[in-house]
Amino acid sequence: MFIATLVVKNAVRHKLRTLLTLVGIVVAITAFGLLRTIVDAWYAGAEATSSARLITRNAISLVFSMPLNYAQKIRQVPGVSAVTWANWFGGVYITERNFFPQFAIDAATYLDMYPEFVLKPEERKAFAVDRAGAIAGRKLAEQHGWKLGAQIPLRGTIYPGTWTFTLRAIYDGVDAKTDETQFLFHWQYLNETIKTRFPRWRDQTGVYIVQIRDPGQAAEVSQAIDATFKNSLGETLTETEKAFQLGFVAMTEAILLAIEAVSFVVIVIIMAVMANTMAMTARERYAEYATLKALGFANGFVALLIFAESIAIALAGGLLGIALTFPLSDAFGGAMGALFPVFLVSEQTLLLQIGAALIVGVVAAAVPAWRAAQVRIVDGLRAVA
Amino acid sequence: MVCARWRDESMNGVPIAYIARNLAARRLTTILTAFGMALVVYVFATVLMLAAGLEATLIATGQPDNVVVIRRGAQSEVQSGVERLAAGIVESLPDIATGLNGERLISKESVVLINLPKRQTGKPSNVVIRGVTPTGLTLRPQVKIVEGRMFRPGTSEIVTGSAIAAGFRGAALGERLYFAQRDWTVVGVFDGGRTGFDSEIWGDSEQMLQAFRRTGFSALVFRLNDSGRFDAVKQEIEGDPRLTLEAKRETRFYADQSEALSKFISYLGTTISVIFSIGAIIGAMITMYASVASRTSEIGTLRALGFSRSAILTAFLSESLLLGLAGGTVGLLAASFMQALSISTMNFQTFAELAFTFALTPAIVAYSLAFALLMGFVGGFLPAARAARLKIVDALRAA
Repeated sequence: MFIATLVVKNAVRHKLRTLLTLVGIVVAITAFGLLRTIVDAWYAGAEATSSARLITRNAISLVFSMPLNYAQKIRQVPGVSAVTWANWFGGVYITERNFFPQFAIDAATYLDMYPEFVLKPEERKAFAVDRAGAIAGRKLAEQHGWKLGAQIPLRGTIYPGTWTFTLRAIYDGVDAKTDETQFLFHWQYLNETIKTRFPRWRDQTGVYIVQIRDPGQAAEVSQAIDATFKNSLGETLTETEKAFQLGFVAMTEAILLAIEAVSFVVIVIIMAVMANTMAMTARERYAEYATLKALGFANGFVALLIFAESIAIALAGGLLGIALTFPLSDAFGGAMGALFPVFLVSEQTLLLQIGAALIVGVVAAAVPAWRAAQVRIVDGLRAVA
Repeated sequence: MVCARWRDESMNGVPIAYIARNLAARRLTTILTAFGMALVVYVFATVLMLAAGLEATLIATGQPDNVVVIRRGAQSEVQSGVERLAAGIVESLPDIATGLNGERLISKESVVLINLPKRQTGKPSNVVIRGVTPTGLTLRPQVKIVEGRMFRPGTSEIVTGSAIAAGFRGAALGERLYFAQRDWTVVGVFDGGRTGFDSEIWGDSEQMLQAFRRTGFSALVFRLNDSGRFDAVKQEIEGDPRLTLEAKRETRFYADQSEALSKFISYLGTTISVIFSIGAIIGAMITMYASVASRTSEIGTLRALGFSRSAILTAFLSESLLLGLAGGTVGLLAASFMQALSISTMNFQTFAELAFTFALTPAIVAYSLAFALLMGFVGGFLPAARAARLKIVDALRAA
């Protein structure tokens, strides 16, 4: 208890300096947490996947489509329990800045395969009977202020022309990890329009989503599906939904690595600032440390005092930083809108933040503590700050 | 009189050597503070260099008198489609330049993405594969074969850009790539002169169309006879009721494609730098406050000697600015080494891999140093003001 009081009293001796250091640590830990959360948000798509779903796409790349009749053939592969398909629409809502993912889906089968999209039964029915109907995620609908019945025009970039949809349903995510920014509409509507305007592109799908009975058999079923279409005009590549999503993450890996690196840089910066504070503090108190030693306290005790003070300041800053991370990441996630569909501070981030604060405290105190422990009583008593 | 002049000449400012020596006197503190600032400037400069490098790469990709024609509404060549009939109509425009052999300088190209594994990690990424004609090469004089030779038209031969040859499996000279049910032999590697073409694979246009089972092209590129006629040509193409195409200058076309990614990089980078700089500014503030506190009697002496309050303010502010300058120089120096690196990532707008380098421009040097000095100024102002406000008597008594 006595030591704790001493440490706290020491820490607040230079109020301005301690306050400045504390602010620095709060800023650094908050920035660190926010950057980690951005990295997490990048992986959110992969985290929210189901291990019982496979994605089949054209082996050349996603730009190429597959014929609709593949659905029948995939359904016959042993281990497959259901098949549905979707096309990436890539339309623009008013301006390019309003990006959100849009898929043309086979309504009858798609929604059953994605139980994480929770729909009211009456809304789902309203969507089912309207060929130009659409479903939007809650977050997306709120972002653009859409109500049921709203007319939503999308300018096609892949499929030319302006397409207008009527919002018939709004889905909620089953948990916080579910992407609530998707926009879904009838594949049949897309296909019929294409049939009249670009007959050559009709009956084509971008991806097949395959549900399997046993997630443990994902590899075997994937191989079996790809073998079915080997040496055909449209060879396929099947992988788990997670691998498919991670493929996208990997493409922007360079940026992700940069953000991760930068998130550690801020910790190093604050380490330098904190080390500076502790070095100054210790230097000013050499005479006191010498006095303590003269009174019979061990070298270790002096070092402990410095460590305890440093860690106390760092931890206090760390905890404040963590508390600030939540409102800040809410604001940031809201501002980013559909770019980061899921923006949550993870437990791992919190642990990393606490860990970083602790390391800053320990590292910053190391050299000053060692020096203070080494100082000879005579020299210490003679020392002038 | 003599005394007054002496004051005028010597007492205007504290000598710079005194300021610099103060920093040297407390080495550990100075180094730690400058190091923090150097890291912030390093991040700041690196991010700006990245955005500049990306822009430079994509702007250099286009030629000013080349025109790209894509389907209206499409954002990239990959999304676009131009039917043969429409291509024929565009080809007959009178404003297209003619080459040395009397051929029209227009290239009808097929552009698709293929999924290839990266050489190091084996992770797949999207690579642009462009079907070109011999005219297509004439239209891009910056592209030179550096290894092997050009592909022969009518064969399954391809040439790869230098970034692709180095970065993807099976893409180096003499290797083979399998896609669209065929084996393609890499017979050459080309250097696009640090343009977006470095991240592409080129093959024969007609062969590509067959392999990918396409009947139409993706985009048309042609050179204008007279660069000033662009607006008229654009009007002609976009006003033709038989065509649903749009025309852009090639420079504009590629600059547009870099917009989202370079904005993202510079926004994120600047935000991060500003947040980080708070840490560094606080570091400078702590250092300068301590510097003022430990030299209180010294300040009293200086004032008693006749140095004015503003001279003291300037002296401490200069000390802090010097600290910022030192940090900024070190940070910038470290950042300049990044020029040797090249980064390869997916461009959000085209979904295709794009390699680019860090480019250090004079503007970035100026910005970074200004940023460092600003950090020094903000960090040093309050402590310097405190020093200047000290009363001579109190200061002298402090020791």
